[in-house]
Amino acid sequence: MAAIGLERICKSFGGTRVLRDVTLAIRDGEFLTLVGPSGCGKSTLLRIIAGLERQDSGSVTIGQRRVDGVRPSERGVAMVFQSYALYPHLTVARNIATPLEMQRLTLLERLPLLRLLSPRRRRIMRGIMAEVEAVAAALQLEGLLGRKPAELSGGQRQRVALGRAMVRRPDAFLMDEPLSNLDAKLRVHMRGELADLHRRLGATFVYVTHDQTEAMTMSDRVALMLEGRIEQLGTPAELYDAPRTLAVASFIGSPPIACIPVRLEHEALVAAGTRLALRAIPDAAILGLRAEAVTPVRHGTPGALPARLSRAENLGAEWLLYATLEGPAPTPVVCRLTAAAHDAARDAGLLGERLWLLPDPARALLFDAEGRRLVAAPLRTRIGAMA
Amino acid sequence: MSLALAAPAPVEPFALRIGHAYAAPAALLLALIYIVPVSVLIWLSLTDYTLGAVDIRFLGLDNFSRALADPVFRRSITNTFAYVAIVLPGGVLLGLGAALLVHRRIRSRSLWEVIYFLPVTSTLIAMATVWQFLLHPRLGPVREITLALGLGEVAFLSDPALVLPTLAAIGIWQLVGFNMILFLAGLSAIPRDLYEAAALDGASGGIDRFFRVTWPQLGPTTMFVTVTTSITAFKVFDTVRVLTEGGPAGASEVLLYVIYLEGFQYFRIGYAAALTLIFLAFILAFSILQAAALDRRIHY
Repeated sequence: MAAIGLERICKSFGGTRVLRDVTLAIRDGEFLTLVGPSGCGKSTLLRIIAGLERQDSGSVTIGQRRVDGVRPSERGVAMVFQSYALYPHLTVARNIATPLEMQRLTLLERLPLLRLLSPRRRRIMRGIMAEVEAVAAALQLEGLLGRKPAELSGGQRQRVALGRAMVRRPDAFLMDEPLSNLDAKLRVHMRGELADLHRRLGATFVYVTHDQTEAMTMSDRVALMLEGRIEQLGTPAELYDAPRTLAVASFIGSPPIACIPVRLEHEALVAAGTRLALRAIPDAAILGLRAEAVTPVRHGTPGALPARLSRAENLGAEWLLYATLEGPAPTPVVCRLTAAAHDAARDAGLLGERLWLLPDPARALLFDAEGRRLVAAPLRTRIGAMA
Repeated sequence: MSLALAAPAPVEPFALRIGHAYAAPAALLLALIYIVPVSVLIWLSLTDYTLGAVDIRFLGLDNFSRALADPVFRRSITNTFAYVAIVLPGGVLLGLGAALLVHRRIRSRSLWEVIYFLPVTSTLIAMATVWQFLLHPRLGPVREITLALGLGEVAFLSDPALVLPTLAAIGIWQLVGFNMILFLAGLSAIPRDLYEAAALDGASGGIDRFFRVTWPQLGPTTMFVTVTTSITAFKVFDTVRVLTEGGPAGASEVLLYVIYLEGFQYFRIGYAAALTLIFLAFILAFSILQAAALDRRIHY
C-alpha cells in the first residue's frame, strides 16, 4: 500500500501540451478516479505514474520513493489495460503467472527449451501456480485456468487481467478505462466487483475513465481533468453539489445541467424576463439548474419560469421531463420527478404542453461570466460591507 | 399443399441456370489454369511421349519406377533437400533479424527497406552473372578476402563440397529482403499494449520482450514466410542453370534442373512429366506438413 504523489507534472507531445503543471496527492488506500473528456490528459497521467511515459518535468513519488526513471515493473504498481493486453498464446494460468515468473526465475529459466534444463524451475513454478490458483479462486476463474484468452468472454478476460495485476500484490492498481469494452449490463456488474475488490485489498486504486457514472459510483475522490489540468478534486458529492466551475457542473451529472443566462436588475436576478425568487449575487451571469433543482408549479407562482414540454421519459421510479424555456434564447431544461410527485403534478393539471418551472433556491448554482461558481457571502460580512 | 411438404421442393430450373452462370467464370479459370494442365501432365507421365514423336505408347507407372531407380534423379533430390536445409533457416532467421533491426529505425527505415529489398527486384539471371564474377577464383574481389583470411584461392563454384552452400548463400541473399518486408508487416501489427503489459510484468529486457510478445505474435507471419521460403528454395533453378549447369560432376544438380534437362534438352516429355508430378507432390507435402505443424501453435 502506498500513497502516490504527483508534483508539477508537465508533458507535451510534439507541440501539443497534454499535461500542464499537474499536482495531485493520492492517499494511501484510496480509490481515486481521473475523469474527463477524451484528450484531457487523464490516460497520459496514468501512464506517467506507471512509467510507460516519461514526464517532461515534475516528479512522481510512490510510497516515500521518487520513481522518476524507475522501470515500470519496479514501481510496485500493476496496470489493467482497456484492451486487457493478455498474452494470446498463453493460458489463463500462465498469463496470471507472468509477473511472478519474471520476478522469480532467472533469464535462462525463462527461455524456451533452455528452461527445461533447470530442475529449480519446476519447484519455483509449483509455488507460483499455487499463488495463481489462489488469485483465480478469488476472481472465480478456477475452471478457466487451462484456457487461452480467445476462448473467454469479455468479462472473463477482464478478470484475468485483474488477476495478473493482483498476483504481484502491488501497492497500487492503475486502471485505464477497464470497463469500456464490456456491454452495459456487465459494466454495471463489474463496477460493483471492482469497488468490492478495492475494499478487500485495501490497495490504492487509480482509475481512469471518461464515464462520469463510473467515477461517481466507485470513487473515494474524483479528479476531474480538463485540457491537461485538474479542474476540481473532491468527493463525488462535492463535485456534484459544489462544482467550482460551470465546466465541472456540465461534465458531472446526467441529464446535463441546464445553463440559463441571467441578468441583475434592481438587486434581483432576471432570466428571460422573469424575476427569480433567488438571492442575487453580484456578477451572476449563468444560472445552473440540475434536473432535481426545478419543480413544476401553478401558473402565476412568483419566480417560476415558463417553458414548453417537449417530451417526458418514464424511468419507472422517476420521470424526466424535457422542456425548453420560453424567451429570446430558448434554453433546454430537464426536470426530474419521483413517480409520486409526477402523478400528483399531473393530477393537479401542472403538466400541460406549457408548464411553469420553479428553481429550488437551495440547489440553484450561480456562475459568473467566466464560468466560476459564485457563493453567496455569509450574512455577517455582507452587513459589514454595507456599513 | 401436403405433397409439397412431403418432398423437398425441387430447385427451380431457372435459378439453377443462374447459379451455374455465376459459378462459370471461376470454374472455367480453375479448369484452364489448374485442372486441364495437371490432367495433361498426369496423362503424359503415363506415356513415353517425346517431343515431335508420331506415336505414343502407354507405359503405366513405368516412368515412376524408372525415376525412383535413376541415380541422377535421386542425387538431385538429395541436393535439393540440402539446398533447402540451408536456405530455409538462413532466409527466415536473417529476414527476421533484418526486420527487427529495421523496425526500430524511424527516419532511416524506408532507406533500409529499399536496400534489403533490392535483390528481390533484380533479375536473378543477371545477378548470377555478377556473382560469378565476384566469386571467380582468379579474377573475383572475394578472392582478396579469402587470401587475407589465409584460406588461399577458394573455388566456390567448382569445388563439389562448396558449390551447394555457395548457391544457397546466393539464394538467401535474394530472399532476405522479401522475408524482411513480410516480418515488418507482422511486427507493425503487434499491439503496443502487449509490450506495455510486458514492461509492467517485468519483461522489459530485449530477450524477454522477444519471447513473451514478439515471437508468439509473429506466429502466423513465420508460418507464411517458412512455407513460401521452402517452396521458393525447392524451386531453385536459375542460379544452377547460369552458374554451374549442375556441375561439378552433378554436385549441384537439383530437381528442377534435372526436369529441365529431361524435358527440354533430351525431349523426353513423358519422363519429365513423371518427375514434375513427383516434384509437385513434394511441394504439396511440404505445405501440408508445415501448415499442420505450425497451425497448432498460432491459433489463439
